[in-house]
Amino acid sequence: MKGHFKQKLLIAAALTPTVLVAVYFIWGFGAATAYLSFTDSGFLPSKKLIGLFHYQKLFSSARWWNTYGNMFIYGGVYLLGCLSIGIVIAAMLDRLPKSAIIYRTIYLYPLALSLVITGLAWQWVLSPTTGLQHLIRELGFESFSFNILGSSEYAIYALGGAAIWHSTGLVIVLFLSGMKGIDVDLWRSAQIDRIPTWRVYASIVLPQLRSTLMTAIVLLAFNVVRSFDIVVALTKGGPGHASELPALYAYEFYFVRGNIGQGSAAAVVMVVSIMAIVLPYLIYELRKRKQ
Amino acid sequence: MKSGRQYSLRSALVHGLLFVLALYFLVPLYVMVVASFKSLDEIIHSSIIALPIVWTTAGWEKAWSSACTGLVCTGIRPYFFETMAILFPAMSAAIVIGALNGYLMSFWRSRSADILFGALIIGSFIPLQLFLIPLAVTMGKLGIFGSTFGLILIHTVYGVPLTTMLYRNFYVSLPAELVKAAIVDGAGVFKIFRSVIVPMSAPITIIAVILVFGGIYNDYIFALTFGETGKRPIMAAVLNIISTQYAVAEHNVNMAAVMISALPTLLIFLVAGKFFVMGLAQGSVKG
Repeated sequence: MKGHFKQKLLIAAALTPTVLVAVYFIWGFGAATAYLSFTDSGFLPSKKLIGLFHYQKLFSSARWWNTYGNMFIYGGVYLLGCLSIGIVIAAMLDRLPKSAIIYRTIYLYPLALSLVITGLAWQWVLSPTTGLQHLIRELGFESFSFNILGSSEYAIYALGGAAIWHSTGLVIVLFLSGMKGIDVDLWRSAQIDRIPTWRVYASIVLPQLRSTLMTAIVLLAFNVVRSFDIVVALTKGGPGHASELPALYAYEFYFVRGNIGQGSAAAVVMVVSIMAIVLPYLIYELRKRKQ
Repeated sequence: MKSGRQYSLRSALVHGLLFVLALYFLVPLYVMVVASFKSLDEIIHSSIIALPIVWTTAGWEKAWSSACTGLVCTGIRPYFFETMAILFPAMSAAIVIGALNGYLMSFWRSRSADILFGALIIGSFIPLQLFLIPLAVTMGKLGIFGSTFGLILIHTVYGVPLTTMLYRNFYVSLPAELVKAAIVDGAGVFKIFRSVIVPMSAPITIIAVILVFGGIYNDYIFALTFGETGKRPIMAAVLNIISTQYAVAEHNVNMAAVMISALPTLLIFLVAGKFFVMGLAQGSVKG
């Protein structure tokens, strides 16, 4: 029995660094930022509580609502694009022979790149002086105009398009591995019944991949809420604040505007937004596993 | 049976669509590569999709060793080595801690270990913006704000949830008899880890190395916030190089800098794509 106790102690000791990570660096820091959002913190953190002041400010700020709304436009474009392109590509690749590995490489390589690189690549493609507009004008269409990065209405869609380019591969990977798990007998019987391939996917395969779809949605939604690098690299949130997203808003209030309280409130709203999707998902997954 | 013609039409359609989509994925890389090998003069006068008439590595050389970020003209080289100096210690630490965690949380499960795992998993869905200010305060108090060690610590800490999850999910799939047999032989917890579990961990370790390498190398927000001017990690440095203004923008140098920054993770993907894909499929299924 003594040995058993010693063993438990050893295990606890080995897990201590991780407890420190979880309790201090993740949950402790999270709680600290939540606390800061109720204080009068400016350039430096302060402990003086001022109630809901920063949330009232946030919720009455036109800039914040524009930024928060941008998250839904960007997120909608991103999720729709990644899921529709990704699922179609996965279904096509699933039926191709192994020799199609070159295609897979082409669709997946952007995932290996950082979002900073992604943003810079698309800036090069979309920049009016060097990119697409310049190219088409040189072909003789002198009055052709395409300056999406300079448009306060459409810059957010450019961000969405660049992000789709980066992350579609994730959907492809998830769905390809999901489709592998589907019964081969199903394919045989579908062939005998002469059901067209696309119908097999639409009405038999995809409905079986509901949990793959949920995983993909949760991961993509998390990417949306935390999007920061790609915004800085592609549009810097501009023109003006037209393509700003919450992560950039919080960062700017922390380190440029010197209003830590307001930045913290924005960060808290970000976390609440993503947890509204993640927590139900995790609970669902946990229940499913217990059954 | 389907007629052969109908079959080949459909397959031509599939290949056509795959090809068009492939263009969308390839064009940004292609235009950057060709721009990086042009001279500045040629870049200004040629179209973005034209191949270089004269291939030159001048842009790459300048980007590597003498391009400026602000007033410092050292090229991207010192930032690359700084990134490596942060990456390897942090990656090693996160993987060792994650492997040990995964082992203890799978073969020596307890209620408290389950709770700890849950706390890590939910925590891994929190945007980093929630940690920046307390992290800055802590780094300041420890006197390691802006230091290489500070960034090593940060990347280790926030790398642990991912590595723990990867190893735990891998170990859960191993038969429990492995450990039970070793216990009967009288081996202790850590003896079993060293002599039974670690030797079996090569596949998941390859995956962990690839994912953690990419995660740390591609980091921007920590690099921007906690990197010291003059030795910021590479993703912050490449943005600084791009936004340093000259009378005439040196697009070829800029694109070469972007390509140099992109190469390490790109090469890993090309060499070990299979593991990269396996890692994404596994790393995405949390819990």
